[in-house]
Amino acid sequence: MGGAASQRQAPGLLAEGPARTALLFGLVAVLFVGTGLTQSWNTTLAIFNMGLVSAIMALGVNMQWGYAGLFNIGVMGFVALGGLAAVLVSMPPVPGAWEAGGPRMILALLSGAATVAAAIAVQKRMPPGKLRAVAVAAVLVGGFVLYRALFDPARDAIEAVNPAQAGYLGGLGLPIVLAWPVGGLIAAGAAWIVGKTALGLRSDYLAIATLGIAEIIIAVLKNEDWLARGVKNVSGLPRPVPYEVDLQQSPAFVERVSGWGFDPVIASSIAVKLGYAGLFILVLVVLVAAAQAALNSPWGRMMRAIRDNETAAEAMGKDVTRRHLQIFILGSAICGLAGAMMTTLDGQLTPGSYQPLRFTFLVWVMVIVGGSGNNLGAVLGGFLIWWLWVMVEPLGQGLMGIVTAPMPDGSWLKAHLLDSVQYMRLFTMGLVLLLVLRFSPRGLLPER
Amino acid sequence: MDLLNAFVAFANFVLIPATAYGAQLALGALGVTLIYGILRFSNIAHGDTMAFGTMVTILVTWGLQGMGMDGIGPLPTALLALPVGIAACALWLLATDRVVYRFYRAQKAAPVILVIVSMGVMFVTNGVVRFVIGTDDQRFSDGERFIISARTFREMTGLEEGLAFRTSQGLTIVVAAVAVALLFWFLNRTRTGKSMRAFSDNEDLALLSGINPERVVMVAWLITAALATTAGVLYGLDKSFMPFTYFQLLLPIFAAAVVGGLGSPLGAIAGGFVIAFSEVTVTYAFRKVVSYLGPEEWSPDGLLQLLSTDYKFAVSFAILVIVLIYRPTGLFRGKAV
Repeated sequence: MGGAASQRQAPGLLAEGPARTALLFGLVAVLFVGTGLTQSWNTTLAIFNMGLVSAIMALGVNMQWGYAGLFNIGVMGFVALGGLAAVLVSMPPVPGAWEAGGPRMILALLSGAATVAAAIAVQKRMPPGKLRAVAVAAVLVGGFVLYRALFDPARDAIEAVNPAQAGYLGGLGLPIVLAWPVGGLIAAGAAWIVGKTALGLRSDYLAIATLGIAEIIIAVLKNEDWLARGVKNVSGLPRPVPYEVDLQQSPAFVERVSGWGFDPVIASSIAVKLGYAGLFILVLVVLVAAAQAALNSPWGRMMRAIRDNETAAEAMGKDVTRRHLQIFILGSAICGLAGAMMTTLDGQLTPGSYQPLRFTFLVWVMVIVGGSGNNLGAVLGGFLIWWLWVMVEPLGQGLMGIVTAPMPDGSWLKAHLLDSVQYMRLFTMGLVLLLVLRFSPRGLLPER
Repeated sequence: MDLLNAFVAFANFVLIPATAYGAQLALGALGVTLIYGILRFSNIAHGDTMAFGTMVTILVTWGLQGMGMDGIGPLPTALLALPVGIAACALWLLATDRVVYRFYRAQKAAPVILVIVSMGVMFVTNGVVRFVIGTDDQRFSDGERFIISARTFREMTGLEEGLAFRTSQGLTIVVAAVAVALLFWFLNRTRTGKSMRAFSDNEDLALLSGINPERVVMVAWLITAALATTAGVLYGLDKSFMPFTYFQLLLPIFAAAVVGGLGSPLGAIAGGFVIAFSEVTVTYAFRKVVSYLGPEEWSPDGLLQLLSTDYKFAVSFAILVIVLIYRPTGLFRGKAV
């Protein structure tokens, strides 16, 4: 990465290696503990849990970029697909909706898929020429008409069932933890489609294609009410951990935390967050272990060899496009998994809240700052940048308070400056990214 | 059967809006393709560059409006503020080049590194724009709203269907045509323009013949500033200004540049219109047009809309995919493979 990569780090505490890793993770831990001591442990745990999710997203992007040099700026889309999986797996089926239009909807979707498959088959089987183009177009147009004829009534029927509370098919009513791998699978499917078209071309094209697919996924989530209620949101997703209210009403819990000298209300909230943290840490540890093993295996060395010199790797008989497709799918699946976990943590799916700056580009900042190509670096970046993202706002507010203090109250400029503090986040993230790229292009924990 | 009314409806809802939108996209895509040709990377910050120039133009427009201006005759005041916006945008781009991009150029960094760097610039620009003007919708158009309003048109022609031609649409088409003519005159007729094309075609050869690369790069940024700000202001006058919308314009603009062939100015223009016309046609409900064509009782029940307007990005994307599969270098044989 970059030409300054050959700069050697000064020896001592900041030397590369396990000591540096431990030191930097220690520093991030100090940040979190400091937040806990100065603000509240409840807030800190909330930041920490999202930090865990961010770290997993960063792991996924790091696989694509760090291992293979693939430029994916559609992370948001894969994360959102994970969120969709959480709804589809965990919510109870909506009574009436399935009877109203479920089978018809499935038939419509199948006909859509069959149309695309048929068009691809025609494209592959027929000899190139005008006749083939006409045949493909005819299959697509005919298929589209059929699809809409089946789809529209099914959609209307489903959305008419109890629109205020439901208006969608609902899910399978399974435990929400199952949605995590399912989210990964759905994201992998989308990644396969994107990868098939855009891999093997210039790296910029993959970037544009992923940007596009992410916008489309969000548009589908926002507009297809029958699927997950669109912008009406699905809230109240089942949880893998107990509810605060239940804990507060459980005499055993209240007795125990009171014995330790805690307020039961705060303790219940912390206990729930710790429950999430435990589950997320488990996933993160398994993923990091697997990613490390993969990176150090012959497969990982092959990936890095392809990244560093595609032509040479190809000459050695490696199928570059295929390997790229493989790792693109893998990385996107991890983003989908993280997305399902995030929606589980939020307890709701709100398609309107998916912003590319927050879900795509911020994850990129995490990977670059942490150290692309280094799994632990991505994890470190996930925690550090997420902490910074949350903290820049109060810090900026404090700073702006000092700057505007001499201004008279009620002045237009003062009000504007204080109102706009929230946008300092984007500015700060851009600055951090540019500074790291310039002065430490290999990130905080460089690839070994 | 009422061909005339059908055509008027079609022109009113598809032809005119798509032409204006296509001109805006073409100007945006020209900026992208120019930077790609000279600096050899896809500039992700382009949407936000447009937003930056437009923001300055809006602020100056508001200043002028505050001083009591209400349009230059029938034209919007923003036209007077546009040069200031372009100048500010040029300063901003030159500053980012000096502080950010030049370092990587000197190092001959891989294009993908520059793309990531432009992501950082995008964040910073985005933050600045939101900090100054906020995230809300801003309107800044004034002057005469219509060249021909639907009512005047109906009265003039006696047709059932009205045809509205907004000032912003007419202005977009005229300004875009002038800008493109100027650009092509510059690239084909002036010494600097020719040296830019030479640099884009073969960097080493251009350097050998004594072309100063820093000057070429500077001129490229200046032209990009002019094109991006103009595109942004025209889009803002035609629709409205919202920072996030401008960020989202990145997709159709890139699709236009790729469809035309990255690095090819002519391709960028063609690509802009291809994308705009497909987007508008696919998301327009054709019921009205069709109902004029057939007898009354044939009038269709549905809207005859292929895709809802919320899926307009899907259209850009689909065209992009088709071009990538069948002709990765774009319609006009750009340089990217």
